[in-house]
Amino acid sequence: QNYPLYIRSVPTENELKFHYTVHTSLDVVDEKISAMGKALVDQRELYLGLLYPTEDYKVYGYVTNSKVKFVMVVDSSNTALRDNEIRSMFRKLHNSYTDIMCNPFYNPGDQIHSRAFDNMVNSMMMQVC
Amino acid sequence: ITEVCGAKRVGYFGPAQFYIALKLIAAAQSGFPVRIESIKNDLPLPRFMALKNDGEVRYGTPAEPHGVKFQVPHATLEKNSYKRTDDGDKQEPKSPPMSPICSPPASPSTYQRIPLSYGYGKSRSGLEQQHGAPYEVRHSAPQQDGSSSGSYGAKPALACSTLNRSLSVEREQQDSSTHYSDDPWRITEEQRDYYVNQFRSLQPDLNSFISGSVAKNFFTKSKLPIPELSHIWELSDVDCDGALTLPEFCAAFHLVVARKNGYQLPETLPETLLPEYLQAASLKATRDCALFDSYPESLPSGQQPQDFSRTEKTSAEEVPDNSALLQDGKKDDKQALKVSTALKPIPKEFQHLTVKTAAQESNSLRARPRSRSYSSTSIEDAMKKGEEPPTPPPRPQKSHSRASSLDLNKIFQQNAQAVRSGWLPPPPPALPPRPSVSQTEQPSEVELHPQVNRPPSQAEENSSAKKEVVLSQPPSKPTRRKLRTEVQGLETPELSPTINVTSSLPAVKPHLPVQKQSSKQKRAIQTAIRKNRETNAVLARLNSE
Repeated sequence: QNYPLYIRSVPTENELKFHYTVHTSLDVVDEKISAMGKALVDQRELYLGLLYPTEDYKVYGYVTNSKVKFVMVVDSSNTALRDNEIRSMFRKLHNSYTDIMCNPFYNPGDQIHSRAFDNMVNSMMMQVC
Repeated sequence: ITEVCGAKRVGYFGPAQFYIALKLIAAAQSGFPVRIESIKNDLPLPRFMALKNDGEVRYGTPAEPHGVKFQVPHATLEKNSYKRTDDGDKQEPKSPPMSPICSPPASPSTYQRIPLSYGYGKSRSGLEQQHGAPYEVRHSAPQQDGSSSGSYGAKPALACSTLNRSLSVEREQQDSSTHYSDDPWRITEEQRDYYVNQFRSLQPDLNSFISGSVAKNFFTKSKLPIPELSHIWELSDVDCDGALTLPEFCAAFHLVVARKNGYQLPETLPETLLPEYLQAASLKATRDCALFDSYPESLPSGQQPQDFSRTEKTSAEEVPDNSALLQDGKKDDKQALKVSTALKPIPKEFQHLTVKTAAQESNSLRARPRSRSYSSTSIEDAMKKGEEPPTPPPRPQKSHSRASSLDLNKIFQQNAQAVRSGWLPPPPPALPPRPSVSQTEQPSEVELHPQVNRPPSQAEENSSAKKEVVLSQPPSKPTRRKLRTEVQGLETPELSPTINVTSSLPAVKPHLPVQKQSSKQKRAIQTAIRKNRETNAVLARLNSE
């Protein structure tokens, strides 16, 4: 499992590095999930918070009730990004993801090709950069 | 101009709107202000810049006289009575210089040019005029009618027949696509009827929705590739609830048809395919105005993934009456409410269903299939936070910890009052902190809660009978049911298995004989009822404690 359903980075120079970062952070996410135990329905626990800060970027995690993981890597120089904003971004992602789920033509587990989702993600990333 | 002529209000360019619009264009071009009164002026006919196409090349005369000519025959509506005089004047001087060949066939072709040159807003009129073309031709030189009207009559018919084959794997002919070229995203009447029939075949209730899987199977039959179908769904399911209402279905179907005709799918839903537009177009009543007022507030424009529109959408879903709370409803808060209240106990489901049915009643066109109990709870919470409940709720006593437990005494008193007054309907029971959506179903659903709470504390017959009755009837019925159980206790077990509306009928009938009983018996019954109620109240309180 743990294959990516959707991956997008802006700007796209060090894309591979970010892909690698995201992949390695999955371990941290799994660790946090297993540590939490049974009670997983509170939204606070959906948001995993800062997974680990490395070098010049931070990694945030979020897991949905269906064990779909969102991992976000942001630049550390972006000090203006508060926790609330990260949370709201994850919330937006979650909402868009549920919208995709509504689409009967989408099989859970497929790659996400939705244009609406793309637009949302792009606009979100533009907002931050 | 679109607004002044009324097209915005009704949502389409009918003949009346079109004529007025043209007149306004002429007014604007002559330098008059764009107002309804301007039409009354003696105006020259509007000038249209036309693109070159076959029609123009064929007839060789410049666009202007053509533009003039089509204005002439439309003297059929009372609103344009003044135009008649214009037409009369214009026709004499204009017709001699023009060859009779030019006028009628040119005017339909002018129609086609107009949409192209005027873009989207006018393009709707283009399609309308195609229908109008035959009789418009009639007004001008009659000898040309046969050929031109014949050819134009054939075109719409051809488009219809090709539409009927849209689901089969068949490439549409080029002719029909030219019918679309005026505006591929506008649904004509024949298309709409066809879509509505298809909807009916999937779902007989036109006000209800088609679930995702049903729609999926249906659209898969069109043999379009899945990613495209997925995109079509994304475009047409505006409220993102996994189901298609009638306008959404029409939009989706139309997109499928367009795709099969070779049109590329748009990135966002075109204006004419928005549910609100389709709703207004299909209803065509004064109610539209109200809809139009409420919809722009509550629906986003197309699929634009903007926070604001999304917020409005989600908030509009929750509370159909656009309370002030919605306007500031940050999505964050809503989501927080939604998820944080997800853990409410099961009996809350009843409340959620209540609110939902109330919501559905007031906005039946946007019913939600998704069982989102958590989101319905958020209405309650949101309303609690946002505004005072209009009726002062009987605050639950210290012993009552759940909102579902009402002040039972008050209920009893009201019921007793009802009994005493006989056939009068009881005053609606004071509601606990509950959304202000006051529907008649709500009291009955509210009744359900005390009923649900009481079964453990009551005799089985009474409780089950009451439950059945309340499920299907307004609040006045339980009182009669109580009378009944006193008098004919044996019969209640018979009725207890039936949990449907028909159980209301047996309840009604016994009431009539009950009413005819002597007053002595009545009083006896009433005292018995009161005693029962008191014991019930005590037991209920004990139970909740």
